[in-house]
Amino acid sequence: MNAALHALADPTRRAILARLALGEATPSELAQPFAISQPAISQHLKVLEAAGLILRRVDGNRRPCRLSPEPLADLEEWLSQLRRAFDANYRRLDALLEELETRE
Amino acid sequence: MSLSLRTDGETNVIITRTFKAPPELVWRAHTEPALLQRWCTGPDGWSMPVCISDPRPGGKMRYEWVKDGAGFHLTGEFVSLTPYSRIEHVERMHLPDPTPDNHVVTEFTAFDGGTRLVMTMTLPDAATRAAMLATGMEHGMEDSYRRLEHVLAA
Repeated sequence: MNAALHALADPTRRAILARLALGEATPSELAQPFAISQPAISQHLKVLEAAGLILRRVDGNRRPCRLSPEPLADLEEWLSQLRRAFDANYRRLDALLEELETRE
Repeated sequence: MSLSLRTDGETNVIITRTFKAPPELVWRAHTEPALLQRWCTGPDGWSMPVCISDPRPGGKMRYEWVKDGAGFHLTGEFVSLTPYSRIEHVERMHLPDPTPDNHVVTEFTAFDGGTRLVMTMTLPDAATRAAMLATGMEHGMEDSYRRLEHVLAA
C-alpha cells in the first residue's frame, strides 16, 4: 500500500505510468520522450515494479514494461480526474459570474 | 452547462462548457487575477495565493496553487488575444520540473443568451498528452489516493 503511494507521489514516475498507459515500452523508449537518463529510468522502474504498478517481461535481451492491470487505472480514468478538476473550477466560475452580473 | 472533455487525434484535448453569463464576463474571469483566484483552484482545499496574468501578446502568466503548505505552479505566455472571443497562450506546469509546453486556444462564443467556451489544448506528442492527463491527478491527488486505497484494500 505505502509502496504504491510512494511510487505515485513522484511526477516522473507518474509520467512513466502515463506513457505506459499508451502501451508496452522498453526502458530506452521510456527514457526518450522524458529526457531522463537510462539509470534514472531503471531506478524509477524498480520502484514501480516493487509497488506492483508495472509488470516486466523478458523478450530476448529486451525487458519491456507494461501497466499492471490493477490497481492502476487507464487513460479514461485520468481523463475523468482532469474532468473533475475542471468541473470543480467551472462550478465556482458559475457562481462568480452570477455575482458579477448582479453587481453590474 | 455540462462539461465535455475529450481527446482528439494524437495530441489534442478539447474541453467544452457553456456559461450563463455573456462572453465579456467569462473572458474577464479568465484574464483578471483577482477573478481567477476565486475559481481556478481545483478540488476543495486548494487555493491560488499568487496569480499573475498580463493579457497582451507576449504577456506573462503565473499561477501558484497551495494546499497544506505544499504546492506547484504554472507559467505561461500569451500569444494573441481577440477581446471577448479568443485567447491563445502557451503554458507548462512546474512539478517542480517543467512539463512540455501545452499550446492552448480558448474560444468564447455568444450562445443562447450566455457563452459557449471551447478550449483546445495541443501537446507536442501523444506521450506528453498522456503525461499531462496524468498530472491532472495533481489536482485531485487526495481523491486519487483515497480511491486507490479503496482499490488496494479490496
